Amino acid sequence: MTKRILIIGGGIAGMRSAVSLADAGLHPVVIEREAVLGGKVRNWHALFPTFTPAAGIVEELRAAVAARGIEVLTGCTAVRFDARRVELADGRTIEGDAAILASGFTLFDAGIKEEYGYGLYEHVYTSADIERMLLAGTLPTVNGAAPRRIAFLHCVGSRDEKVCQKHCSRVCCITGVKQAMELKQRFPGAEIFNFYMDIRMFGPGYEELYREAQLRSNIHFIRGRISEAAPTFDGRIQIKAEDTLTGRPLRMSVDLLVLLVGMRANDDNAALAASAGLETAPSGFLAPRDLFLGNIRSSVEGIFYAGTITAPKTIGETLNEAVAAAEAVAAYLKNR
Amino acid sequence: MALDFGYGISKPRTIDLDRNEFYKGNAVLGKMPELQSCIGCGSCTATCTAGALTDFNFRRLHTLIRRGEFKGIYDEINKCMLCGKCRLTCPRGINTRGVVQLIKRNMGYLQPE
Repeated sequence: MTKRILIIGGGIAGMRSAVSLADAGLHPVVIEREAVLGGKVRNWHALFPTFTPAAGIVEELRAAVAARGIEVLTGCTAVRFDARRVELADGRTIEGDAAILASGFTLFDAGIKEEYGYGLYEHVYTSADIERMLLAGTLPTVNGAAPRRIAFLHCVGSRDEKVCQKHCSRVCCITGVKQAMELKQRFPGAEIFNFYMDIRMFGPGYEELYREAQLRSNIHFIRGRISEAAPTFDGRIQIKAEDTLTGRPLRMSVDLLVLLVGMRANDDNAALAASAGLETAPSGFLAPRDLFLGNIRSSVEGIFYAGTITAPKTIGETLNEAVAAAEAVAAYLKNR
Repeated sequence: MALDFGYGISKPRTIDLDRNEFYKGNAVLGKMPELQSCIGCGSCTATCTAGALTDFNFRRLHTLIRRGEFKGIYDEINKCMLCGKCRLTCPRGINTRGVVQLIKRNMGYLQPE
């Protein structure tokens, strides 16, 4: 009988693993909490550093899943699991021979950083809001006019012990560069300022895009973390920071403030890990067996990881892990 | 005549980007947009001949000009001896010596080209 692989999470990682497993002659079952496949990438407009439409990637994976007739259970939340079974919130149990945990990450809730006024003041947005607005073609205007000044704040919910998120979310730096360029393109008259602690351009083409943002788009990068945002009498937002490269305090008012929110571990990671006997890292993400040959393996036989369940990752890295996890599952099942 | 009580009101040290003017900084950036790509590494200041003997700090100076802060710039920029070592060391390939001359021109200390 064909071996069944239970894949928890129907984002790009889960879909990509399922496609590889189906091609290897196995029977993947994708379990997705939402009503449709696609995960977080579904709500993203364009991808760094090439401005590739995110919809194309989601559509191609959905089509590949459909073309192979892969079993998909949408609207199903996994509450407990191990290598042989997944228990759903509705009481059903799905049986299988191995499992891939690909349930991704949670976006940091910017409202927790009250000092930035997200949800309190008009025209404070998160990077995810900007993507949604770019997708819908409804970018914010200020009293009907194009914004003249826009500030981006890096590291919101990353590298911040005050909100228990000590890790670097990695992708926000380049997302901030990308979104600054996108807003500059749509509002050519706007001055755009990116406030950062460090700029971490780790991927191919990232440093080049950062340079292009500086040289061609004239994006201003100010090294200093915004300490607070406050509304002005005319409905704008005043921000304060230290310009650490001059050693002077700095303040300005802006029409839009965009908070580059980080990736944090899912709230249900701990419960899922406990049910399967898995280990979590101090960050709350799942801990792989090691960071090298075992980076998609868990400490439990028959359970594998793909994508951002183990740490913040790019889409390219996530897709690579999904393929690697599928290969590891196939090798594991061959010997059984 | 005002009485001197021996104390006064300090001017705020804050860089206020709502009040500062950018046209002088933009005039420099217009000619040498690569200055915007400065990553603040400090190599220019570390190698600076003038900086070895005075508190001249080119990195800080051009950053302040780009923020629209000009107080004391005249005295500062004249400490540069135009030796050009900073240009040799800049990892972003910025013509730093050229930036000094552009700053001087745009501050009105040199005749326009």
